[in-house]
Amino acid sequence: MDGMDDIISEFLVESYENLDQLDRDLVALEQAPGSRELLASVFRTIHTIKGTSGFLALSKLESVAHVGENLLAKLRDGVMAMDPVTADALLAMVDTIRALLGNLERDGAEGDLDVDPTVAQIKAVLDGTAKAAAAPAAPEPAAEPVVEAPVAVAAPAPAPAKRRRAAKPAAAKAAAPAAVEPVETAHDEVAADHAEDAHEPAPAAAPAAAAAPAVPAPRGGADPDTHRRSAADSSIRVDVDVLDDLMRLTGELVLARNQILQQVGSLTDDLDLTRAAQRLNLIAGELQEGVMKTRMQPIDALWAKLPRVVRDLGATCGRQVRLDMVGRETELDRTLLEAVKDPLTHLVRNAVDHGIEAPADRVAAGKPREGVLRLAARHESGQVVVEVSDDGKGIDPAVIGASAVRKGVVTQAALDRMSPTDVLQLIFAPGFSTAAAVTNVSGRGVGMDVVKTNVEAIGGTIEVESVTGKGTTCRLRIPLTLAIMPALTVTCGGERYAVPQVNLQELVALDVDADPGLVEDVGGAPVYRLRGELLPLVHLSEVMGVRSEAAAGRLTVAVLASEGRRFGLVVDRVLNTEEIVVKALGNQLKSVGLFSGATILGDGAVALILDVQALARRALRSLAAERLDLSGSGQRDGDTTGTGERLLVAGIGGSGEVKRQIAIPLDMVTRLERVPASTVEVVGSREVVQYRGEILPIIRLDRYLGAYADATRTDLEVVVYADQRQGGRSVAIVVEEIVDVVDASTVVHSDIDDHGLLGSAVIGDRVTEMLDVRAAILSADPSFFSHIEADLAADPYASTLTEV
Amino acid sequence: MTTTTAVAPSRKAAAAAVPTTQLLTFELADHLYGIEVDQVQEVLRSQKVTRVPLHTDAIAGLINLRGEVVTAIDLRARLSLPARPEGQDAVNIVVRLRGESISLLVDSIADVLEVDDRSFEPVPDTLDGDVRELLRGAYKTQGRLLLALDVDRAVTG
Repeated sequence: MDGMDDIISEFLVESYENLDQLDRDLVALEQAPGSRELLASVFRTIHTIKGTSGFLALSKLESVAHVGENLLAKLRDGVMAMDPVTADALLAMVDTIRALLGNLERDGAEGDLDVDPTVAQIKAVLDGTAKAAAAPAAPEPAAEPVVEAPVAVAAPAPAPAKRRRAAKPAAAKAAAPAAVEPVETAHDEVAADHAEDAHEPAPAAAPAAAAAPAVPAPRGGADPDTHRRSAADSSIRVDVDVLDDLMRLTGELVLARNQILQQVGSLTDDLDLTRAAQRLNLIAGELQEGVMKTRMQPIDALWAKLPRVVRDLGATCGRQVRLDMVGRETELDRTLLEAVKDPLTHLVRNAVDHGIEAPADRVAAGKPREGVLRLAARHESGQVVVEVSDDGKGIDPAVIGASAVRKGVVTQAALDRMSPTDVLQLIFAPGFSTAAAVTNVSGRGVGMDVVKTNVEAIGGTIEVESVTGKGTTCRLRIPLTLAIMPALTVTCGGERYAVPQVNLQELVALDVDADPGLVEDVGGAPVYRLRGELLPLVHLSEVMGVRSEAAAGRLTVAVLASEGRRFGLVVDRVLNTEEIVVKALGNQLKSVGLFSGATILGDGAVALILDVQALARRALRSLAAERLDLSGSGQRDGDTTGTGERLLVAGIGGSGEVKRQIAIPLDMVTRLERVPASTVEVVGSREVVQYRGEILPIIRLDRYLGAYADATRTDLEVVVYADQRQGGRSVAIVVEEIVDVVDASTVVHSDIDDHGLLGSAVIGDRVTEMLDVRAAILSADPSFFSHIEADLAADPYASTLTEV
Repeated sequence: MTTTTAVAPSRKAAAAAVPTTQLLTFELADHLYGIEVDQVQEVLRSQKVTRVPLHTDAIAGLINLRGEVVTAIDLRARLSLPARPEGQDAVNIVVRLRGESISLLVDSIADVLEVDDRSFEPVPDTLDGDVRELLRGAYKTQGRLLLALDVDRAVTG
């Protein structure tokens, strides 16, 4: 029933507007009886009302509009000419329609209004019989509505009640003989039936009819509760551009407010001013909310089209589908609504085409013949969550995985490390479509990757969940609005930048002074181990080519996620979070590509908004970072050697062909350094080197493994191993050269074993030995480990070096 | 292309009875430059400029013009002139081009001059190649040469 009410109230709003226009047009018509344009406009209006009322089964309204339309058609076609009698009849019609609409609005039904007199009057005009009879009676009452009409037009909003009250005495006076209660319930029942053949009593009714309409009209309008706003008064149509402008201005106001608040907060003790600023703060906040509401539309505006889409698709694909919708009233910004239209439609199509099985298959699987497609929308922590779920066959991660590997979307090795949920998300990867056969419905190139791209373009996210045999759910998270967004402000090189909060995962402060091992260097790229996962670090100052002004020894890292990658953005300082209004950059600056726009901060200064996607792409483009990214995503399961996922390959002993390759688990490597051979000192029987205020014991791998050492080198390549669990104590492993960083899962292991080695493998066509790091350290000085056996038992790789 | 259209009005004006052009003149490294008055939106004293990294020196940064973010172009850098001495504040001439506001940083504002179009001459050959591109020509005013800036080219590039 809700839907019906909506339709009726929309109909009411539209009709009231049209009637106001009609009043104006009819009066204008009397001045310019021949105007085709006006006649056409009037005709259209009445035609619309007739059509809609017929559809809504409002028979009285329809009957009045129907005869009116007939009359107007003749006028329009020039068969009849406009004269005062005709005008009266038409105005009477307008008043009757208005009265009927009033009833409809108040009671939800047409009520007991008698429309016959009006119908008869119009018919009389149509038959040409009204002229003589009505002419003498008409002028007086006819003048009233004509005069009144402009009043209603000039001030339609507050006036109706007043106008109707004013009209009542006038009409009562003029139509005294006819102004008997035109209410007869029994008669009313058949009013519609009468309408068609009512022209018989027309001549007799004509004099009364001429006056009668004035009576029903006030009856409809004068009675209603005057505090209740009518449908026409409670809503207006506003140009979207006006709203956009308002939105923009509100954004400016919010900025100005921020500036004032900041100034007041820091500059003055004036209590009144502070109070005024607080009020401004509140009001601006509410205004922003209010204006935002004006742009909000229920998601139903989008969903309304979907039942048809589902029905047609179901028929085409031979599916029986029931569409359930939950949370139709959930509102979001209209621009966003527009933006999710295509992705949502695509998801629905997908669900019907690929998700829900054919009825026979469903029955075979013990499900009801009819599949259920469920759309659900709700607000959740400042976002709108839209779910598209079906109870179909679900998505099998194994099928997705196999298909993804076949299409080269992902490698088998990477796939093996992925959780089933992660595997499902592969359907959003570019170049992926699960449709076994390209159908008319989907698989035409507009894949799920496009859906993902579109959703991400508006700052949203999409994920898919599925239980094989039970169904699939696609979940979209969309921001409420685009115009204002929360952002983190940071500084770098003396300038402030805004980082969209949507990309921000967490903030990490690293005290590198206290623990130099926190940031490790692999292949020239700094990384930080965030809860065991390698996080590539990107120094904003380096990207921007400015000098960092951060305190030395401290790193402030904003952990950002973009396009499924995580990286740490090292900034000078984090300021705060604020709501920013996004401004476009001038054409001259678009080429930089690292900024998605600019904004004006609380103090009036301009700050650039970082484009995190572009930043990630740009900063992580280097090979090392690519590798780290790979290792970061697959750092969990061990493999046959138990050495971890990534291997640092180093060469030792001699040069060229005689060089041996040693692989060291990357997990253990914190930094690669080059130290002058002259800095090596001897303490007792051991070699050590001073390094960043620490004394590192040295393990010369070539000697340890019995390789041929090149003694003439002036610089030593050192692989620094630091164990954070032991307070970052380190050991320096001297190698000849660093060769590469490789993925352990691509390595073939053999069983060849030797002193100090765990095994060997072929890496880059060379046999490479796996170093047993713990054994190497032990060999350098077994006494290091004597007092921490417990630790070593727990972790074979823990190396604790004390009392160097 | 754009240059010809920009110049056209003044040529037309030259053909008319009073062949003059109104120019807002300004100083840049002891030279007098001018831009047509109807291109100028407003003149502002020194504003706080937010630098934009990774860009040419000619782009001084962004300024906040009553809530609008406007790109500021340093004409000294654009015209390959030495950098403005420390401590000397620039003046913003905000021009409006194709619906976009752009600020030009100059040393100081001089007068609005009504110049005789007959005193107009193309860019002197002695000028450096790059800079020539950015000038429409020169007006020979009393005692001083007034260089007419081609705003369109000065802001693109």
